[in-house]
Amino acid sequence: MSTPARTARRSGLRSGEAASGWLFTAPMIILLGMFLVIPVLMALWVSFSDWNGRGSPFGGTVSFVGLDNYSALVGGGGLAEQDFGTALRNNAWYVLLVVPTQTMLSLLLAVLVNRQILRGRGFFRTAFYFPSVTSSVAITVLWLFLFSASGAVNKLLAFIGINGPNWFNDPSGVLHNFLGLFGVETGPAALTGNTFLGISFWEWLAGPSVAMSAFILMAVFTTSGTFMLLFIAALQNLSGDVVEAAMMDGANGWQRFWRVTLPQLRPTLFTVLTLGLIGAWQVFDQIYTGTQGGPGKTTLTPAYLSYQAAFTNQAWGQGAAIAFILFVIIVAFTLFQRWLLAERQVSERRMRPYLQNPTSGGSK
Amino acid sequence: MSTTTRTRERTVSPSRRLRALSREQLPNRQVAGKSLLYAILIVLAMIYIAPFLIQVATSFKTDGDAASNPMSLLPQTWSTAAYERLFLNSDFPVWFQNSAIVTVFVTLGRVFFNSLAGYALARLHFRGRNVIFALLIAVMSVPGVVLLIPKFLVINQLGIYDTYVAMIVPLLTDAAGVFIMKNFFESIPASVEEQARIDGAGTFRVFWSIVLPMARPALVTIIILSFQGSWNELSHFIVATQSPELTTLTKGVASLASGQLSQGTQYPLKLAAAAIMTIPVAVMFFIFQKRIMNTTDGAVKE
Repeated sequence: MSTPARTARRSGLRSGEAASGWLFTAPMIILLGMFLVIPVLMALWVSFSDWNGRGSPFGGTVSFVGLDNYSALVGGGGLAEQDFGTALRNNAWYVLLVVPTQTMLSLLLAVLVNRQILRGRGFFRTAFYFPSVTSSVAITVLWLFLFSASGAVNKLLAFIGINGPNWFNDPSGVLHNFLGLFGVETGPAALTGNTFLGISFWEWLAGPSVAMSAFILMAVFTTSGTFMLLFIAALQNLSGDVVEAAMMDGANGWQRFWRVTLPQLRPTLFTVLTLGLIGAWQVFDQIYTGTQGGPGKTTLTPAYLSYQAAFTNQAWGQGAAIAFILFVIIVAFTLFQRWLLAERQVSERRMRPYLQNPTSGGSK
Repeated sequence: MSTTTRTRERTVSPSRRLRALSREQLPNRQVAGKSLLYAILIVLAMIYIAPFLIQVATSFKTDGDAASNPMSLLPQTWSTAAYERLFLNSDFPVWFQNSAIVTVFVTLGRVFFNSLAGYALARLHFRGRNVIFALLIAVMSVPGVVLLIPKFLVINQLGIYDTYVAMIVPLLTDAAGVFIMKNFFESIPASVEEQARIDGAGTFRVFWSIVLPMARPALVTIIILSFQGSWNELSHFIVATQSPELTTLTKGVASLASGQLSQGTQYPLKLAAAAIMTIPVAVMFFIFQKRIMNTTDGAVKE
């Protein structure tokens, strides 16, 4: 590919390519501009305005209010701040529990079904993946039934002598409940007296409510199959040589997995964690279908709160502001996690044995 | 190690006696490990499947039976009342129809526009290509839930609120799909197209009759993703429509779930509705199962 050949082709055979290039991409550009870029800019304006849903947000009656909508959420001291704090707390617990669990479970499932000698491999994969194709609405309806007060889950718990909770109507936090077993009913004054975003530290530490826990189980149930497929694909792409070399060196199965296989899965692990994080901060469908934020606002999430503020309470500026804060949170978490999992230089201490004895470094 | 020697033995001497002998020689630990693996897998698979079996079984129960025997997989008396009610006495058929219309148009539109843009970004040389690609990546990172209010604003401003256009056109934006198509087109050799160009075919002609037929695997991926995505979409329809004639399955069943259309719990009705809305994606899944599950490159053929 020399440069003269390229220019020659461009003038002759590839004439008119620029025009077709733009023509081919135009529909997508127009669509993305119309329904993604422009809307986001419009919403950004709305988040700085006092539009109440009537007429056009760009009409004369709508005025610029600066950061009022944002400051009401993060320091207003009113109900808006309290709701926002509650929603953040709920979703933070959800993320904290869902992301690690679904990652570990999907990796476990992938490793289990990726055995070369396994009868019914296809069946197991299908069983684990199937929940992923169903819609969140259908699964939520099913979950409401399974986790109802006298539902299948509580029947199952009764078999082993546990009196199951009234899942979707129980607003108590699971960590508070756990502490309650030891007689701790109220937190120390240092935690109950001080607040962050309108709710006390003690409330921040309540853990997910029992109702939210049911949603957490549902998220793990529906997403583990998708991520399992990503891990299976990655496992199949690994070359057997390295594992074989480790085998020759006398590493047992456990060591081979942690020291040899897992480090090679790092890119996939990164993808799964990123997708998991982004997804887990966007809980909306389940809440809209199932609980509408109840009981006791313990399943309220920022995404649902944003919808509710705008479409139900006509506080459009506030709704848009919540959406943008959520956007910033998601970007920040993704960047943080990217930094955390970034390929680091091996520290000198760990490198030393290999430097002193270079022949033991390479296995071949 | 031992597994490979075992299989070799098996192929060399297929007689039953020898096979039994080799099985006896298997270390006990390995047998235990193997049974444990299957036990774990079977229990996990049961946990994953049981909810759906309970769902289908319950949809054929009477309300009282569903409430008192939530776990049983056989209805005491088989009843199709839930299905009759859904299809003959509710808006359910309308919801189904709307979901089908939207899904078909969105899938067709995405296949066409994604491959068009993907081809241009992969193959055509033009000024600004890299800028478009960079923008595409940036746009992909915007989380969907953040777009609820923005989408409503633009739909309202354009005066298309509560129409099929508002339901379908915004869903055609699919930066990830363009990305998939671009990657695929880059992986196939350019020589075939060059030949057609020398023979005097125009760019669109080359794209339509030569490149697109070669892109079938990637197109199938796009079809699966868009079908599943638009069939299961909820939030976009919430902000784009309000009239009952334009309600889709997701929106309709969600309203059923919160008890807007029914008295009491009526679990059989709700679960029947949820089961029916799962059927099309399930069928899609089983048709393309091989592709989705990526099982073709397994080492052992069964």
